[in-house]
Amino acid sequence: MAKYESGVKEYRDLYWAPDYVPLDTDLLACFKVVGQEGVPREEVAAAVAAESSTGTWSTVWSELLTDLEFYKGRTYRIEDVPGDKDAFYAFIAYPLDLFEEGSVVNVLTSLVGNVFGFKALRTLRLEDIRFPMAFIKTCGGPPAGIQLERDRLNKYGRPLLGCTIKPKLGLSAKNYGRSVYECLRGGLDLTKDDENINSQPFMRWRDRWDFVAEAIDKAERETGERKGHYLNVTAATPEEMYKRAEYAKELNMPIIMHDFLTGGFTANTGLANWCRENGMLLHIHRAMHAVIDRNPHHGIHFRVLAKCLRLSGGDQLHTGTVVGKLEGDRQSTLGFVDQLRESFVPEDRSRGVFFDQDWGSMPGVFAVASGGIHVWHMPALLNIFGDDSCLQFGGGTQGHPWGNAAGACANRVALEACVKARNEGRELEREGKDILTEAARHSPELAIAMETWKEIVFEFDTVDKLDVA
Amino acid sequence: MSVIGDYQTKNTLETFGFLPQLTQEEVYAQINYMIAQGLTPGIEHELPENAMDHYWTMWKLPFFGETDLNNVVAELEACRREYPDHHIRLTGYDNYTQSQGVNFVVFKAQGGSRAW
Repeated sequence: MAKYESGVKEYRDLYWAPDYVPLDTDLLACFKVVGQEGVPREEVAAAVAAESSTGTWSTVWSELLTDLEFYKGRTYRIEDVPGDKDAFYAFIAYPLDLFEEGSVVNVLTSLVGNVFGFKALRTLRLEDIRFPMAFIKTCGGPPAGIQLERDRLNKYGRPLLGCTIKPKLGLSAKNYGRSVYECLRGGLDLTKDDENINSQPFMRWRDRWDFVAEAIDKAERETGERKGHYLNVTAATPEEMYKRAEYAKELNMPIIMHDFLTGGFTANTGLANWCRENGMLLHIHRAMHAVIDRNPHHGIHFRVLAKCLRLSGGDQLHTGTVVGKLEGDRQSTLGFVDQLRESFVPEDRSRGVFFDQDWGSMPGVFAVASGGIHVWHMPALLNIFGDDSCLQFGGGTQGHPWGNAAGACANRVALEACVKARNEGRELEREGKDILTEAARHSPELAIAMETWKEIVFEFDTVDKLDVA
Repeated sequence: MSVIGDYQTKNTLETFGFLPQLTQEEVYAQINYMIAQGLTPGIEHELPENAMDHYWTMWKLPFFGETDLNNVVAELEACRREYPDHHIRLTGYDNYTQSQGVNFVVFKAQGGSRAW
């Protein structure tokens, strides 16, 4: 047993362990680090491991009451970041016992807690986490998952089709329900509350629930299809959130919605558990994510937030569109879409995936593509996102010159034409224009939509690029 | 007179309900896709008034291991002869996901628009 010596040690003496072989039960993390000038990489990387696990700046006597060798995080590898001479990757292994079972909150509090303000660092970004199976098995995950959601909604062999009701703020409950009904009768499967819509003076939540429920019932009767609307239960308190969820259940609504970052992981995990127990689907919005994930040198990559959400629970999660108005690199997006849907995702640096990730029996999450997309994007969207996605055209539905129903119909015709063409073996992105043009011969609604949005493209360079040589 | 068109709600019955009636060749292409994907073809039929039910009545059993387009077509036609007043849909079971990779109405009940 060592004697107690007070004072300040170099972090690397305890937390830099290049010979360490990570255990299957370890939680692994990859950080992108820029240290202060003059501090060696090993010292900075070890400091990150220490400050995000057992360490503090000074030795304390009570360390000797425990076995820190068992509990400490270790930096086991350092790598150059391609094309960036200031930054490096630090790979850190954390023992499983550092984290409470089933709590992504606890994981994040350690990994992205105080360490991010640590003075020896200029910038720090959490790029990826490998969750061990032993941890995953303690998490509830998606309340239903892709397979059960398809069965409940009776949607097979194609992506789901949705849209967010606009204007995002200011409609009365009855006018809002009208907009929902028009979208659903026109061919959408699902409509969505905008994330800003909670329960404001112009439309209280209970009134919205009532009118939307009638819109859904009527649209189902008339179309012979199952329909839904994401009722946003995000609220100021958990008590209020559950009250709104209960009333949605009372009205036999199939799906509700939550904003997992502004609402917080504790609220989200609790709500996901409620949904699982009450047969309710859960759509997840991601307001605030770009604050956290857009800076390539500081913050948390969205692939980490997406993994955390799959563990916390949600049946659909927004992922960006690649082709629309919002930021999103194609390879990187595909990388975290895999994390939502697959049961095993292998390491693939070309997609920003730093670890093999085994999800075991955890159900999958639908990838939601939403924001600035319209019928011309349909072939590319189907090609990029595949069937297990939800494509949401807000302006691209409600901006149709004939109104919501015709706009919905145009999108549904375009989607089905693309699915049919893909199944026939045609190449969607190369033949997209022909496929849509042929489909529009039978659909004036689609022909008008194609004319309306033919000039709209969003071609700006991505800010957060993958690090490649 | 407004140039805005009047959109009439249609009874569309889920996937492919917004496309014009599939031709015989187009239905064959979808069956070939299903077989190529390793999905198991199945046939279900139901009276139009029960179309919202999750369970339609199965025609025989799913055709496990069937890879011949002609056999699937023959079963579809036999089902159609037996139940002319039912909707008839084709399903493609995926035993890995326990979902259906394909599911669309091939024939609407007689008087509908889907008959070959």
